[in-house]
Amino acid sequence: MKTKLTALVAAGMMAAAPAMADLVVPNLSYRTGPYGANGTQYADGFNDYFTLLNERDGGIGGEIVQVPECETAYNTEKGVECYESTKGSGALVYNPLSTGITYQLIPKVSVDKIPLYTPGYGRTSAKNGKVFEWVFNAPANYWDGASGAINYLLAENGGDLNGKKIALVYHNSAYGKEPIRTLQDLAAKHGFSLTEIPVDAPGQEQKSQWLQIRRDKPDYVLIWGWGVMNQAAIQEAANIRFPMENFIGIWWSGSEVDVTPVGAGANGYKALTFHGVGTEYPIYGDLKQYVIDPGKASQGGEHVGSVLYSRGMYAALVISEAIRKAQELAGTSAITATQLRDGFEQLDITPARLEELGLPDFGPEIKMTCDNHGGSGMSRMQQWDAAAGKWNLITEFSEPDQEVLAPLITEDSEAYAKEAGITPRDC
Amino acid sequence: MIYREAGDFKTGYRDDGQTFPIRLDRWGYYAALAVAFGIIPFVINDYWANAVFVPFLIYAIAALGLNILTGYAGQVSLGTGGFMAVGAYAVYKLMTAFPEISVVIHILLAGGITAVVGMLFGLPSLRIKGFYLAVATLAAQFFLVWLFNKVPWFYNYSASGQINAPERTVLGWAVTGPATSAAGKYLVCLIFALLLAWVARNLTRGTLGRKWMAIRDMDIAAEIIGVNPLTAKLSAFAVSSFFIGVAGALLFAVYLGAAEVGEAFGINKSFLVLFMIIIGGLGSIFGSFAGAAFMVLLPVLLKNVLVGSFGWPTDLAAHFELMIVGALIVFFLIVEPHGLARLWALAKEKLRLWPFPH
Repeated sequence: MKTKLTALVAAGMMAAAPAMADLVVPNLSYRTGPYGANGTQYADGFNDYFTLLNERDGGIGGEIVQVPECETAYNTEKGVECYESTKGSGALVYNPLSTGITYQLIPKVSVDKIPLYTPGYGRTSAKNGKVFEWVFNAPANYWDGASGAINYLLAENGGDLNGKKIALVYHNSAYGKEPIRTLQDLAAKHGFSLTEIPVDAPGQEQKSQWLQIRRDKPDYVLIWGWGVMNQAAIQEAANIRFPMENFIGIWWSGSEVDVTPVGAGANGYKALTFHGVGTEYPIYGDLKQYVIDPGKASQGGEHVGSVLYSRGMYAALVISEAIRKAQELAGTSAITATQLRDGFEQLDITPARLEELGLPDFGPEIKMTCDNHGGSGMSRMQQWDAAAGKWNLITEFSEPDQEVLAPLITEDSEAYAKEAGITPRDC
Repeated sequence: MIYREAGDFKTGYRDDGQTFPIRLDRWGYYAALAVAFGIIPFVINDYWANAVFVPFLIYAIAALGLNILTGYAGQVSLGTGGFMAVGAYAVYKLMTAFPEISVVIHILLAGGITAVVGMLFGLPSLRIKGFYLAVATLAAQFFLVWLFNKVPWFYNYSASGQINAPERTVLGWAVTGPATSAAGKYLVCLIFALLLAWVARNLTRGTLGRKWMAIRDMDIAAEIIGVNPLTAKLSAFAVSSFFIGVAGALLFAVYLGAAEVGEAFGINKSFLVLFMIIIGGLGSIFGSFAGAAFMVLLPVLLKNVLVGSFGWPTDLAAHFELMIVGALIVFFLIVEPHGLARLWALAKEKLRLWPFPH
């Protein structure tokens, strides 16, 4: 009995990894916990794009892509376990969709030499490829987002924010704290005052924070939230009748799950984004034909076309393009993680290429180099139309204020290099 | 038949008082040590170290610490996560401020700092008991997490509030930082766990441990027979917090490598360690290890069986995992409220009589 049990235990623990061969892109997802509603949609989009490539094109360059999924529940310890259990299977790249897990993995991937792709999240200063050789965060990062939101407000106010009051409601974690430094610098530059209002995870309870907002009467409120915190914040904002058009979320606070529970009260809420939304792109014809109709969609395909589904799909698209580039550079279709790094560094997704892929004008142009792992940082604004139940894009892609951001990125990445004992590469 | 005391003669007080009075137990203990030091370090890989052994050993240390306070001295604490955070931030500040000093000394010092903080938050225990004390320690949990989030000095003013463990070596081997080998991580945790378990075992069967147990069983009676509640309770808080501080330091520096206080040391951690000692067995050294093993290994095992072998969707498996672990906790509490340690003791009793029970 005891030996049987031990054997079962051993067998269970060994059975974690999928078979070697093929291209392996693990999906560290979370479909449970306070962030599960958001994580599910992203993971579905990520899975479905690779399923589409496998079904329609026979993989990338003739190699089938395997996407083993591992549940992290947005928990760093489980994230580490997932990373360790999948890295032995020849994993090419990781996309954990959690800033906390990203911080955990940055030192590990640098030693294991596996690229880490963190679009729109993670450590902002990873944009500096001289220091962060294995980390990529194109097309945009948190500081780009902060600057993008302020630029939008500048445009709205005729280029002058002097004397305005802006409040930042943020998830009290590494993720939420990321934009503070940039916003402080921007406040000094443009003369607005910044109030920082932390919300402890998971953020269901925000009464006191919104009471403070009600009392201080800021002109604009920015939010860096995730999961259930977004819904609670938008509900509270509606409760105190804060004008929704003056309430702007980062791209992680701008999906359907965040606004629909508030109903008509959320009408006019704005959020940044770095990609398109909805099913009006040619790719969805193929997706329907090859993935959804044959019943191969991840978890039944109920979220197709939502904001987070599109974002997961976009992340998968960038990874698959990097794999294609790496195959081209290496001259072989069975690439290694190191070759994929080179693929990322020479990645150039032009608007024409996006159109070829069936997603015209879906995202900004992504061009990465050895020293720029973050692309252009362009983002655009979308606004929620509660009556129609859809997000409308209200601005074109625009550049963030690199004059403020570039020195900050250099400073932060150099501090990391010093702390971790890294000598920056020559590019 | 095999497992018995007959023929194992004790010829002195020292023999009589030893931890493993039965020869087979002793052999088992030495065999476990030989495997732990002689075999595992050579075969361990990153997955086994990071998913199984290192968290098990670190949580065993934390469970030992909480068991001293709750199991032996009877003071209920919900501040474990906060005290682990003290250990983690203390070791981080020490590692970055004095890089030339060995990290082992830093981990021990972090334990010492946590002991001082623990004593401070133990002061209310002199006036309040039971659930009320639990609430006071809960306040410690929330206060400490808030403090490490609020004051940038603790995280060296980094933009994100994260702390990252720089690389440090012991005898030329990296034990913290990303380049650490699986065996290095495992061995440093194993040595700490073994030494601390040895200290705990000897403290709890000496004068100090008897004082703690006297306070736990009836504090007024203990006071009448000459136990000073002030020193007994505060020493329990100090020793317990030392253990928990070391566990927190190891969790951050050796296991995670980067941490964020709200996520890594939140209230969930306090409950996790409390469940470990309840399931393992209150007032038992073996129980601390058994409880840690149960709470760390079972989810990993279930995940691998459900997702890896049965091919279930990951979310379904994650929900089932919660349900199974929860159901097992309830089952254990009903069937054996004294935990795995008691089950183990019963099994040994039965084995001694086997095959001729009364």
